[in-house]
Amino acid sequence: MLQYIARRLLWGVALLFIVSALIFVLFSVLPTGDPAALRAGRQASPEQIETIRETLGLDRPTHEQFIDYMGDLILHADFGFSFENDTPVLDLILDALPATIFLVLGAVAVWLLVGVPTGIISAIKRRSALDRATMFTTLALISAPVFWLGLVALYLFSKEVGLVPIFPGAGTYQTASGPFEHAAALILPWLVLAAASAAIYARYVRSSLIDVMSEDYIRTARAKGLSERRVILRHGMRSAITPVVTLLGLDVGILIAGNAILTETVFNIPGVGRLVFDSIQRADLPMIQGLVLFGAFFIIFFNLLVDIAYAYLDPRVRYR
Amino acid sequence: MSLLEVSDLAVHFETEDGVVKAVDCVSFAVDRGQTLGIVGESGSGKSVANLTLLGLTRADNARISGDVTFEGRDLTALDADALRAVRGDDIAMIFQDPLSSLHPFYKVGDQLVEAVRVHREVSAAAARARATELLGLVGIPQPERRVEDYPHEFSGGMRQRAMIAMALVNEPKLLIADEPTTALDVTTQAQILTLIERLQSELHMAVILITHDLGVVAQTADEVAVMYAGRIVERGPVKTIFERPQHPYTWGLLRSIPRMNTPREDDLTPISGQPPSLINPPSGCSFHPRCPYVRPRHREVDPRLDAVPGDDGHEAACLLDPETRRRLWRELEGGHDPEQARATVGLGSSSE
Repeated sequence: MLQYIARRLLWGVALLFIVSALIFVLFSVLPTGDPAALRAGRQASPEQIETIRETLGLDRPTHEQFIDYMGDLILHADFGFSFENDTPVLDLILDALPATIFLVLGAVAVWLLVGVPTGIISAIKRRSALDRATMFTTLALISAPVFWLGLVALYLFSKEVGLVPIFPGAGTYQTASGPFEHAAALILPWLVLAAASAAIYARYVRSSLIDVMSEDYIRTARAKGLSERRVILRHGMRSAITPVVTLLGLDVGILIAGNAILTETVFNIPGVGRLVFDSIQRADLPMIQGLVLFGAFFIIFFNLLVDIAYAYLDPRVRYR
Repeated sequence: MSLLEVSDLAVHFETEDGVVKAVDCVSFAVDRGQTLGIVGESGSGKSVANLTLLGLTRADNARISGDVTFEGRDLTALDADALRAVRGDDIAMIFQDPLSSLHPFYKVGDQLVEAVRVHREVSAAAARARATELLGLVGIPQPERRVEDYPHEFSGGMRQRAMIAMALVNEPKLLIADEPTTALDVTTQAQILTLIERLQSELHMAVILITHDLGVVAQTADEVAVMYAGRIVERGPVKTIFERPQHPYTWGLLRSIPRMNTPREDDLTPISGQPPSLINPPSGCSFHPRCPYVRPRHREVDPRLDAVPGDDGHEAACLLDPETRRRLWRELEGGHDPEQARATVGLGSSSE
């Protein structure tokens, strides 16, 4: 097992290296805005732009830039400086991470607490009115885009502008102080970010559990005289939850990597997604590079977690 | 009064395609120390009938009628909780595929412990000791070590032994074995059957052995019931069924198993045709589309399970008269094929 993890980690590092190289190539090939011109301002002379280009090191060939970048990264854990405000990339990302992690973990808790039980009940009461209503609602939630759902939620429920002012502080994450105020500001974002996933997980758990409940070992469990509750929760869910764990690991990795961008934008949360958005707007190469590496890191990391969890959950994998 | 008496059991399922009459008018009984073999093709209703005894076919679309009397109690009248208390305690069941019938994610020992503790208020340690004891009893070597194994670490035969151990852990009065050896190789089959027989006499259990394999029945059963299209078409003591079978379907089953004493060039004769639809069963005798001895009347009249005159405990559901059937079987035993037998006995052509 340890050997397996070590091998996976090594692969992860190699993958990160390839990802960085690809970003450099993409950046030099794609017609993004000229970062030097963007920084120089509107009325800059060509000489000024050229000076800035030299300062940023953008006048040198791409492969030299790449070697420098990787050298600093590997030898000094230095991700470079943002073109925008000369702040170390690492500091900017680390500043944005807590908000994103707080947002994502809260949303994960919400969608698991809602989605999994809903899926179980729907599977047990298959084809009932309740099941049909659930399936319809989940489909609606999956179809609702986050930016739309976010605005609707704001107009309906935020204490400041909502029709039914239940949740305070939506959109005030940046100015909040202390964990409780931050949490209060995140209630609506949590719900909005969790909505589609709760629906997807409910459907996923439902179909997974329905599959498992037709297995022979479920019949055995019933023949043993176990209560239906125990048959479903101990025997059925034990198997049905395994693919859900896989999905969860990937989802969390992707969201922390910056995919919560829409929720962060609608609710004005200074997280990784916002940083990604802003950096791309400004053609801020070091920032983009750093963010992609961070994103790739989280996705690889959670993938590894999933595999380890899988080995833990399924004894047949463990011994392979 | 027998330990288990089933009378006029019917299990119908309402589906989108129509009502599936999986089991119809089935009656049988079994006593402690006795083995009842239930034989039939896939879809003949043998498994459904037995799952119904345990309430495992109860569903919104299932219509169950008839009586299932176990130790004087009608199981069909019990509510789900009362029936659950019987399952795995007084009546236990083992299934065809021992790999898919054990939960892949739990240790074998834990699955046995669970079976004990759902019915008995005992400590975890006591239940564990019992699990180990039972694994030893069913012939698993080093049981104190193997309780810690997962099902995938067991061989096929060992898994079925573990299933048997799990079924017997509460010393049931009745064991229902649904095709217990079908998924196993021949040597293992024999071992498992011997094991079931041994445990039956040690625990003085009643056993219902469901199988499509007449060889298995010959080895173990006292009584045999042959099922076809959801009904019992012939029933009797095992010796009678093998020596003097009275139903053309039973003849077909007997003629489709290889025997040491028939010449190799005598090909095995499979029963022609397909099992009938349980939604739209054939008119008259449900076996008539496949029966080589069919008479016009057989397409209209539904035969009842009647006693065979002069043969104790032997019943058959066939419209041919018993004497004709006796002569037909004698011809078949003599190595003739059904066409010849039919001609010799003097049955006219089927379209007459």
